[in-house]
Amino acid sequence: MTEQIDAGMVARRIAESDRLGSPDPGREIGRARRRKEDARLITGRTLWTDDIQLPGMLYVAFLRSPMAHARITRVDTSAARNQPGVAAVYTGRDFAAEQGSLPCAWPVTEDIVIPDHPPMAVEEVRYVGEAVACVVATDRYKAADALEAIEVDYEPLEPVLDMTEALAEGSPKVHEAGNRSFTWKFSGGDVEAAFRDAPVVIERTYVQQRLIPTAMEPRAVVATTDGTAFTLYSSTQIPHVLRVMLALTTGIPEHLLRVVAPDVGGGFGSKLQVTAEEVLCLLLTRRLGKPVKWTESRSEGNLTVHHGRDQLQRITLAAERDGRIRGMRADLLADMGAYLMLVTPGIPILGAFMYNGIYKMDAYDFTCTGVFTTKMPTDAYRGAGRPEATFAIERAVDELAHELGMDPVEVRRRNWITHQEFPYTTIAGLTYDSGNYEAATDRALALFGYDKLRAEQADRRDRRDPVQLGIGVSTYTEMCGLAPSRVLGSLSYGAGGWEHATVRLLPTGKVEVVTGTSPHGQGHETAWSQIAADAMGVPFEDVAVLHGDTTVAPKGMDTYGSRSLVIGGVAVLQACEKVKDRARKLAAHMLEASPDDIEFSGGTFSVRGTSAGKTIQELALAAFAAHDLPEGFEPRLDADVTFDPQNFSFPHGTHLCAVEVDTETGMTKIRSYVAVDDVGNVVNPLIVEGQVHGGIAQGIGQALFEEAVYDSEGNLLTTTMTDYLIPSAADLPEFVTDRTETPATSNALGVKGVGEAGTIAATPAVVNAVVDALRPYGVRDVRMPCSPERIWRAISESGGAAAGWAGPTEAEGGER
Amino acid sequence: MIPAAFDYVRPASLEEACHVLATTGEEAKVLAGGQSLLPLLRLRLAYPSVLVDLGRLPELHGVQDRGDHVFIGALTTHDEVMRSPVIREHVPLVALATATVADPAVRHRGTFGGSLAHADPAGDLPAVALALGCVFVTRMTGGQREIPASDFFVDYLESALDPGEVLVGVQVPKLGAGWGFHYEKFHRTAQAWAIVGVAAAVRTEGGAISEARVGLTNMGSTPVRASAVEAALRGAPSPAPDGNGASNGGHDPVRDACGEAADDTSPPADLHATSDYRRHLARVLTYRAVRAAST
Repeated sequence: MTEQIDAGMVARRIAESDRLGSPDPGREIGRARRRKEDARLITGRTLWTDDIQLPGMLYVAFLRSPMAHARITRVDTSAARNQPGVAAVYTGRDFAAEQGSLPCAWPVTEDIVIPDHPPMAVEEVRYVGEAVACVVATDRYKAADALEAIEVDYEPLEPVLDMTEALAEGSPKVHEAGNRSFTWKFSGGDVEAAFRDAPVVIERTYVQQRLIPTAMEPRAVVATTDGTAFTLYSSTQIPHVLRVMLALTTGIPEHLLRVVAPDVGGGFGSKLQVTAEEVLCLLLTRRLGKPVKWTESRSEGNLTVHHGRDQLQRITLAAERDGRIRGMRADLLADMGAYLMLVTPGIPILGAFMYNGIYKMDAYDFTCTGVFTTKMPTDAYRGAGRPEATFAIERAVDELAHELGMDPVEVRRRNWITHQEFPYTTIAGLTYDSGNYEAATDRALALFGYDKLRAEQADRRDRRDPVQLGIGVSTYTEMCGLAPSRVLGSLSYGAGGWEHATVRLLPTGKVEVVTGTSPHGQGHETAWSQIAADAMGVPFEDVAVLHGDTTVAPKGMDTYGSRSLVIGGVAVLQACEKVKDRARKLAAHMLEASPDDIEFSGGTFSVRGTSAGKTIQELALAAFAAHDLPEGFEPRLDADVTFDPQNFSFPHGTHLCAVEVDTETGMTKIRSYVAVDDVGNVVNPLIVEGQVHGGIAQGIGQALFEEAVYDSEGNLLTTTMTDYLIPSAADLPEFVTDRTETPATSNALGVKGVGEAGTIAATPAVVNAVVDALRPYGVRDVRMPCSPERIWRAISESGGAAAGWAGPTEAEGGER
Repeated sequence: MIPAAFDYVRPASLEEACHVLATTGEEAKVLAGGQSLLPLLRLRLAYPSVLVDLGRLPELHGVQDRGDHVFIGALTTHDEVMRSPVIREHVPLVALATATVADPAVRHRGTFGGSLAHADPAGDLPAVALALGCVFVTRMTGGQREIPASDFFVDYLESALDPGEVLVGVQVPKLGAGWGFHYEKFHRTAQAWAIVGVAAAVRTEGGAISEARVGLTNMGSTPVRASAVEAALRGAPSPAPDGNGASNGGHDPVRDACGEAADDTSPPADLHATSDYRRHLARVLTYRAVRAAST
């Protein structure tokens, strides 16, 4: 197995580096370019938000609630106000008239309960970490000291921590309107019929634990004003959306508000938000007339960056005895936390279209109830609803295979959409444009050495080896490229899903690309340069990509949901084509030919059948000089495109994971991991590989390591990285990655997006492997994260149901 | 997070350091590598009014072979410890355990003496010092003393050091021929603290264990010496190299002996493990450590 993998990987890497070294001069797309932005990012030669210094700047610190649920009866800021260096101390009451309510842009049902969400609490706190007061001081040390001098009296109210209990009669209420925010239903086909007399029914409940996104760069905000206009710098994924929402929330007119996302160090959805701190920093600079800065600490971030996942999923599958799925039901409780933030209620709804995965079935029924608890609100986190859905279906299909005594890959083969069946409209109503699940799976099985590992597994089982081997399969798809605006509208989302690009040919022939996407680590500057270089026939180095500042890039919908390349990249391509259309007219004029006779190749427009031509650089200068232009031709070679896609894109792939489980301790070790992804055409293989690696690492994080834990009083226990465990390179195996390339038919680049694929695929692959290792003990689930103790307890408590197995350390016994 | 304000003193001599500490008393904290102290300051879990930085005192630095023991200066970094030929040759258990401490960045700043003086029962080195019977050499104004490891660890994050007292270094006894060593650390991520750790030194003679020393990490408010295991191991046949002594007639005296590893311990319960699970791990890991140290 290993020889095969090594040979494949080495061959591909050599091929890539060859292309890098001696590229096809006509083609940038597909080249494994190193990212042009990385040098400044990793050498510190950029300004992160926290690096920004402005004259007279003051520093903000927030006093945060230590109570999960309480009435604020008294706040005394007088002592803090008298501390050295303190410019101002404010409570929620001081801003009550102007702070508004943090927005929720996704009212998923007509009767949804959207509670008022003051950026700073005024009367009641509803989660630990909610801002209660703030100090503005001449440096961050003085601000932190003064926080300790603020006195707050709380009248404790009962915390609401468990979703099921929250919905029960008589539960304490998070908000007056009750703990149910909404119930959203969706169905296709006749579910009753699918389940009636079904030969096999699998019903399982899975817990999607609460996660903390943990971007490398903590959040930071700088706000400033010249007395009329305002500028907000923020470590955000969404400068454009933020500008609109902040204008609506604060009343600062949109045209007098500039939002800048400087270089941003990761987000994973956590910076797809309109935060209390952003609103309050704007209000503070408005009130004080001075620039202010706030930068969170890691612990503050763990408490108050919106959390991810936190769903309780009940999944029911009806199937034939040959493994074919007849239908499924998904019944969810989704923890909203204490308030609805920007897209909180929409996250589980995004998953609704993915529970059927890559499978054909006749009927599907989905219900999701959003529940309030006294915890940090949840919202988008890498994958946003789709990892949860994929986990549930991929786990349930493994359970079905086990129930039927079939190989889990075989059960998938019997149910998946075959490559001849595309385009295929699923039971959830989406039309998958293209895919080839057979090809990706066959490739993955070969790289993995599936049969050999199954043989080793059987051998370890026969020997009752204390180290058991488990094999996990995950055949996923996802809906990317969020999203066609009409679809978002039909789902009650508050905005569209288009993307904007401007391409400008400068007088010297260089190219500026302005994108409405907002990179925060993805490498857009490199990939967009590759697209533009190919389209315009200019060198890669001659392209600059501008982004992240609403003055520089005034239109955009920003970066999330694996949308940037699929929508923003296509917009760049289309804008290039428009510029070329203009250039072609100019070239025809200068060459005294008809535009229809002009050919474009390698950056030169030439008259068909002659040697006469004009380079794009010559045309750039001619347009700038404007001495001799066609009649009515405006002297410019630039163009704008706003692209709204017609469909989502649907990356897919097959991930296989082999896990060794030490049954004496419960410790897991990932023995091998193979990922074959199909993300359509690839603009930059290095970037794709990086996204896949990082995504898998994050998916493994959910499977084995990460969980935000609140205690019975509602205190977050995982406030540091010693308690909230993130896997590092040292904890992860070598990933074997490969691709099949089935182009998307829904966009001109044939691309599908790759930002979330690894995270979506990896979690079920790993947990399926862990459970597979423990099958002989009769274990059929281990709650995530599958910590050593949880695995050890699963073994201990299983009683060795299958084949009379019990823990290999039985003889040692004692506490079981 | 942001630490509260403190004064900073960097003494030029050990004498001056002792003097500063004696005059400031409990308000002062000694700063060595800072890998434990700085996080406490940043989280505002500690509010010392003075930090006394010992970083420029050469006499606290370095490793010396002193015949029957190795002397490790308190400010020797973990990285220097794990790479020291003297330590690797004569007291290899120290190098083995040190190599598991945190990550390379921490090991380049964190110090041997600092992590012992911090007296964190979840630290890897206290259990090693206890198992090996190290002696802690200290200085204070007008005197010095030697504290055996068995008296050094008083309680959770509390050592026998008085406020005016500086840990100068640690004498690590050479155990001589016939000894094998192993440090078995159980942790969920590479740079995490041990959920449980076991430091084992085992002497085998003629196919049997003649003496064993076992120290446990994170099994109580201080590092714990597994005396019952040590006693029960004496005279037990050396474990088979394949480690599967139980297959030989189903009875494995070494495994039985290690089954006493959790006796008289009161391990903590936290996010990563319950007390019960720690007790279970102590038994399994002690067996593994002893087995590895015996071969």
